[in-house]
Amino acid sequence: MSTDTDTKPKTNWGQIAADGFWGNNVVFAQLLALCPLLAVTGTATNGLGMGLATTAVMVASGLLIALIRNLVTPEVRIPIFILVIAVLVTLVDLAMNAWLHDLHKILGLFIPLIVTNCAILGRAESFASRNPVGASAFDGLMMGVGFTFTLVVLGGFREIIGSGTLFANASLLLGQGMSFLEMTLIPDYRGFLLAILPPGGFIALGFILAGKRLIDTRIAEAKKRQDAGAQALAS
Amino acid sequence: MSIETPAAKAGPFAHEPVSIPRTMGLVMLALLPATLFGIVQFGWPALYLFVATILAAILAEAASLRVAGKPVRPYLMDGSAILTGWLLAMTLPPWAPWWIGAVGSLLAIVVAKQVFGGIGQNLFNPAMVARVALLITFPLEMTSFTVPTPLFSAHAPGLLESLAITFGVQGFDAFSGATVLGHVRTELGQGHALSAILPEVFGSVSGAVGTVAGSMGETSALLLLGGGIFLIYKRIISWHIPVTMMGTIAVLATVMHLVDPEHYTGPYYHLVSGATLLGAFFIATDLVTSPVTRLGQIIFAAGCGLLVYVIRTWAGYPEGVAFAVLLMNACTPLIDHYVKPRVYGRDRRGQPIEYADDAEVQS
Repeated sequence: MSTDTDTKPKTNWGQIAADGFWGNNVVFAQLLALCPLLAVTGTATNGLGMGLATTAVMVASGLLIALIRNLVTPEVRIPIFILVIAVLVTLVDLAMNAWLHDLHKILGLFIPLIVTNCAILGRAESFASRNPVGASAFDGLMMGVGFTFTLVVLGGFREIIGSGTLFANASLLLGQGMSFLEMTLIPDYRGFLLAILPPGGFIALGFILAGKRLIDTRIAEAKKRQDAGAQALAS
Repeated sequence: MSIETPAAKAGPFAHEPVSIPRTMGLVMLALLPATLFGIVQFGWPALYLFVATILAAILAEAASLRVAGKPVRPYLMDGSAILTGWLLAMTLPPWAPWWIGAVGSLLAIVVAKQVFGGIGQNLFNPAMVARVALLITFPLEMTSFTVPTPLFSAHAPGLLESLAITFGVQGFDAFSGATVLGHVRTELGQGHALSAILPEVFGSVSGAVGTVAGSMGETSALLLLGGGIFLIYKRIISWHIPVTMMGTIAVLATVMHLVDPEHYTGPYYHLVSGATLLGAFFIATDLVTSPVTRLGQIIFAAGCGLLVYVIRTWAGYPEGVAFAVLLMNACTPLIDHYVKPRVYGRDRRGQPIEYADDAEVQS
């Protein structure tokens, strides 16, 4: 990641996208934002709602902080960043309360608490304050998409095991048109309460992290084999 | 010249072999009387549940070992998975449906044991992790106890009827009865005095022999005590953990009983009820999840006893052995950090021991 903003480094959009979604994923790689992650991912829909709200904040904060990055002196940057993020979170909170009231009731306290999500301040500090506006907004978007993806995977995992459904109440978030998403995968399921409780969140996260490591190892092995093959061809 | 004395046949360094299969086998042998008693007392459903739980544990262990790329046969034959399934089955309500045992074994072996790296690596006692997870997840099934219906007695379900109880889709609703701990807890909560509650559910003989409602292998205090003493005699476990744990419970119960006999049950009741004996002899003494040193074990067991009494008396559940053992398991690394075994040739602080004649030799 470039730290020098004045020499106009070439923005590597592909790298930002790959980092945000997978390589430097907020949850999978940085292990940040675990509190909202474990608290709201009882269902995939809650995860999606929380993820989208966080994404909106991340994009806007990346944009704003990149805009003001040359005006803010390093000594006061953290309070300023927090102020910017707090304003954005309040906006998202009020907007969700107005237009997605039912979902807002479910997510409750965790929407205002986005402000304490260390991933957002982390991106502001490590990326937006050192990069141009476009790249910062895009970084916020991809980090948010990666976070949303994680929340939905974990929420789906816990929802299927915990209550046998997937995307329950999706119409609250996405409107009546998307109610076809609401699935009951296991009819007459008794429910596995542990998966929905916080310990289940930790256990599921552990298994998902192991899954990510497994995929990374496979990719690395395939790459090594490919390189070896290429070398053999070249010689 | 030949040496014929028995002592001379083997060198002084030779000793009885200690191996995991032998340890596990002896623990199972010690558990056998109480298990048989439980099966006879609660009938065929208990046997089916017992078999289903152990089978699930073996399958889960084999599958995990395969996934981890470890040799399946040697690890499976060490008997640790069977023992985990066995201990879990002992703590389940005897007429619970088969999938309770199966899901429990899966949790115990996969989540509590193999994820940490298999035998010897787990932080928490697998059987207790499974029991707590089941209790939280399926509160209805895990608290539906039956009154004893001994095999071949008039009310006992037959072989086929029992199949329906354990493997049927529908649960059963006959013969349900609360455990002594649960019953006393409920009645106390309603403001009744102990002198009115205890006589009808708890007798000193039935409590010790175990002809009461309860988990499959926990009711018979005498047989569990016998098994535990056998293990101490065989030096599989030492006396420190069981004696300290039961002693702590007994002391607390005595003190509180003396303070208010109408509200707090006496020490005998606490020792023979619930999972006290099974926990003290077979669960808290787990070699992997208890501290290494004797002093550490005493601290560990005192903590277990304290927590058991506190949970039983003031917390939300009538029985607390599983929770207590898990909480103290979490403290085990800390205890081992502060209470370390003495290194040979050094004192407890790790300083070399100075002998009086060292100086003379050197000079």
